[in-house]
Amino acid sequence: MVKIPYYPGCAVQTTARNYSISGIAVAKKLGIELVELPKWNCCGVFPSLATDDLMRHLAPIRNLIHVQEMNENGIVQNENRIITFCSMCYHTLKEVNLFLKDAEKMEKINAFLEREKEFVGGVKEGYRGGVEALDFLEVLRDMVGYDRIAKEVKKPLKGLKVTPYYGCLVLRPREIGIDDPENPTVLEDILEALGAEAIDNPNRTQCCGSYHTVDRKDIVAKLTYDNLIYPIRNGAEVIVTCCPLCTFNLDHRQKEAIKLHRDLKETPVMYYTQLMAVAFGLDKQFWGVDLGLHYVDPKPLLEAKNLY
Amino acid sequence: MTEVDREKKEKVRIYIMGREYKVPAGLTIMKAMEYAGYRFVRSSGCRGGFCGACATIYRVKGDYKLRMALACQETVADGMYISQIPFTPAEKPIYNLEELSPSANVFLEYYPEIAKCVSCNTCTKACPQDLEVMDYVQAALRGDLQEVASLSFDCITCGLCATRCPAEIVPYNIALLARRLYGKYVMPKAKHVEERIKEIESGKFNEELQKLMQTSVDNLKGIYEKREIEPE
Repeated sequence: MVKIPYYPGCAVQTTARNYSISGIAVAKKLGIELVELPKWNCCGVFPSLATDDLMRHLAPIRNLIHVQEMNENGIVQNENRIITFCSMCYHTLKEVNLFLKDAEKMEKINAFLEREKEFVGGVKEGYRGGVEALDFLEVLRDMVGYDRIAKEVKKPLKGLKVTPYYGCLVLRPREIGIDDPENPTVLEDILEALGAEAIDNPNRTQCCGSYHTVDRKDIVAKLTYDNLIYPIRNGAEVIVTCCPLCTFNLDHRQKEAIKLHRDLKETPVMYYTQLMAVAFGLDKQFWGVDLGLHYVDPKPLLEAKNLY
Repeated sequence: MTEVDREKKEKVRIYIMGREYKVPAGLTIMKAMEYAGYRFVRSSGCRGGFCGACATIYRVKGDYKLRMALACQETVADGMYISQIPFTPAEKPIYNLEELSPSANVFLEYYPEIAKCVSCNTCTKACPQDLEVMDYVQAALRGDLQEVASLSFDCITCGLCATRCPAEIVPYNIALLARRLYGKYVMPKAKHVEERIKEIESGKFNEELQKLMQTSVDNLKGIYEKREIEPE
């Protein structure tokens, strides 16, 4: 069992608990122990686009410093990787290293953090650089491999028609993306390893509507319809996602989307880790389908396919 | 001359709101201000480091760093520029605890500005109680009620963290909400309190209370002085 630092983030601890519960169990099955940072803060939500806005980059840097501390405290051994499930957290933690390639910025940030040595609750050392953020999808593709995933499958998802949805944060910009930003395949490849049938979705890399979901539900409802209608017309029975924000919008905004477009059929949205937990035959508590987090309940579909 | 004598004689130069005074070394900021002739009508309370009334900011000559302290706890140093913060104008929403639930969203609902936290840790720097303020704000952001309650337990609501926060967050009011919810909905109920309330309601102490109420003030003082005090 290899131990790798794990950054949860706020969503997978609350509204997307089904993602982390299934993901951690799947990782364990594949020989990876995700060790949660003993101390962590908000990922930073989105990298500040102003180049001189140093303070707004402190949040992700602080988390990367905690990875250094985990090595020093012997919680992990020579481990400079940090794994996330949430696309937003991945994006922000990954981007900050690009930002800090500018030595002057790194110096300024560390000069600011220097004072923290003096007080309780401060970091004891600045950021040395080189802590690499990994999205769990990358881990599955590059560390584990699809063959190993296929080997763990106890209940192949035969006959289950699944359509992947990526959103933007794990794909763009290219320097951060984990796959081809225009034509990603990692979710399709995982689905294939699980024995499911992937249904094409031409909108799988489109915008989900993001935080407009808070005060402009109408915009998000329209996008949800656009992003789902083609694969559903082509027979998709379940949408598979990798980002908590996309998932919330695609799942919960179906309520508003159906009011706008009667032809939209309510379709469950699940994280790829949940389908992996199902296919691996893990205990149902690790599927994350009984936590009341899904707007469209996936259980009837799983029952109909003799999977539940 | 003994060490104590020297300390008595030694004077330090301090600046209270910009005006220079020479005060004996070794005094607390509060005592030094009183020595200089100030009488506290605000910004002073328990004088024991518990009430949080005497929030103070200071800077020492030649040092660019702004520091925070409780006036009743911090000793004066030569070249200290001192100012009191008797009150912090802070956002304080009204809520009814009975109508709330200990859910993850309750903090974002009443204190949405916590989402603006950039993790700069300035609040932690400011805390005279050495609390990990940013860490409990972050715990509130992810709805971890227990973590907020335990990390903020020693908060005395002096207000200094709120005066320093670049995101205009009021950490101590968030912590107060957390501890209220934690106490009401999460912590196990104390059995003996429930039993005692029943005893009071059934009138067990009425007679004794009536007797005390009819006692003269002088006798009451005598009873008070002879009362049973908690063992040390």
